[in-house]
Amino acid sequence: MSEISTSASESAAELTAPVLAFHDVSIAFDGPPVLQNITFSVAPRETRVLLGPAGVGKSVLLKLANGLNRPDSGSILLFGEEISTMSEVNLFPMRTRTGMVFQEGALFDSLTIRDNVAYQLIQEAVPDAEIDSRVHEGLEFVGLDETFSLYPGSLSGGMRRRVAIARALIRHPELLLYDSPTGGLDPVTSTTIIELIVKQRDVYKTPSLLVTHRLQDAFTMCTHRFDTTKNGMVPLPKGEIDPNTSFLMLNEGRLIFDGSLHDLVHSENPFVREFLE
Amino acid sequence: MAIDAIDRTAKQIVLTVQDYSLFAYRAVMNLFSRPIYWVDFLIQAEIIGVGSAAIVLLAGFFTGAVLAVQSAATLAEFGATAVTGRFVSMSMIRELGPVLTGIMVSGRNASSMASELGSMVVTEQIDAMRALGVDPIRKLVTPRIVATVTMLFFLTIISDAFGTMGGAVVTIFMNGQNGTQYFSQAYEFLRFPDILQGLVKPLFSGFIIASVGCFYGLRTTGGTEGVGRSTIQAVVSSSVLIIVVDLLVSQIMVATFSR
Repeated sequence: MSEISTSASESAAELTAPVLAFHDVSIAFDGPPVLQNITFSVAPRETRVLLGPAGVGKSVLLKLANGLNRPDSGSILLFGEEISTMSEVNLFPMRTRTGMVFQEGALFDSLTIRDNVAYQLIQEAVPDAEIDSRVHEGLEFVGLDETFSLYPGSLSGGMRRRVAIARALIRHPELLLYDSPTGGLDPVTSTTIIELIVKQRDVYKTPSLLVTHRLQDAFTMCTHRFDTTKNGMVPLPKGEIDPNTSFLMLNEGRLIFDGSLHDLVHSENPFVREFLE
Repeated sequence: MAIDAIDRTAKQIVLTVQDYSLFAYRAVMNLFSRPIYWVDFLIQAEIIGVGSAAIVLLAGFFTGAVLAVQSAATLAEFGATAVTGRFVSMSMIRELGPVLTGIMVSGRNASSMASELGSMVVTEQIDAMRALGVDPIRKLVTPRIVATVTMLFFLTIISDAFGTMGGAVVTIFMNGQNGTQYFSQAYEFLRFPDILQGLVKPLFSGFIIASVGCFYGLRTTGGTEGVGRSTIQAVVSSSVLIIVVDLLVSQIMVATFSR
């Protein structure tokens, strides 16, 4: 009986334990600190939107989250394991459990879209037939199945970001990291990308950390949900917001806000107010 | 102030040597654990080996021809034009074949590796590879090193052969000497240490070309301008290192086999 209750409490702890937790993290690159004493966490099924002006260290923070950069001090727990001191060799299998969408897509320009999306599967020697079927499924998710045999060079910026999302999702990651996925895109394409992110959030419930400096994207994510029957994003009833989406804000290397949309719009912090206005 | 600048530069050089050593160590150690990317090795072998064959062949041929022209003129003063074949083959096989091939391949491939990997760095493709759980050193660097070492060995043999033929063309058709005499001189005086010396050098040069090219490529910072800078650094450093290591290997081989 006690064994059953122990295992039940362990499962409950796993369900509530944060998938990503930063504690007092600081980093500098040959100069003043880029990030100082950053503490926050991402819970299971939670989407955290990291806001802040350009050049404030948002992308650096995202790269710290899966060990692409190492902090000078502090602790980073990814899936409960300390990664700030983990060797690069041990980090590779950890990273396969996360999916990352880079600012410009970062597709391998010498590979076809099929090989880009299937990159991890090819490394794992998955049979070709299964790769093809999973790539088609991934490309259909982002609405780009027709690009299967093309090269990244023949796609537009928005299409490349969507392929990058398909690549990040191919192994059903346990955490998604989006680095300014709508940066530099026109409003229509930006909405398409945000719709995909909302779809991933609402359909697959994957926890995520999304970096952006565009407030409209953040608000859209909070005030919309994905409707599977209509296969599109629809607004939530007036006054309702998505309970699993919350905000972080960085300024001058420090985390100056951590809370819900309601807290954000009612914040007294002068920088937050200025940013919102 | 000047002392500070010297201090900073010296530290930078020591740090670069340390980084390069660790980088080269990791690239080599990857050969002793899985996965080993054999397909990437074959692709690189084709690019480096087959792709460089034409320039190596031409450079070797004309170097041998020039050697014959120059040496015949000098040897004629001593009435020793008969040993032109020996002079050309010995020079090509011991020294010029390995060094020229190394420098030609360095110009072609160290630059291409540095620019390719540098472009991947600035477009975040290397970070994407790491984020996808793939080690860029294992995937990109180790196959290039193995491919360059392997193919440079064979390219050097091609260069030696075509250099000797270039010398033969000049000796026979321009200087009007006997072909049999040229080839017998070229062959008879060759000894095992001469051939060994000529075939050991490309192993070092190949390692230098690929490791230095990839090292500078993966250290690229500063966008497209940085890619250009890395490419220049890779070609300059690898060319100089090839010549320095050539001197060291020559010295060791001569000292070893002259006993």
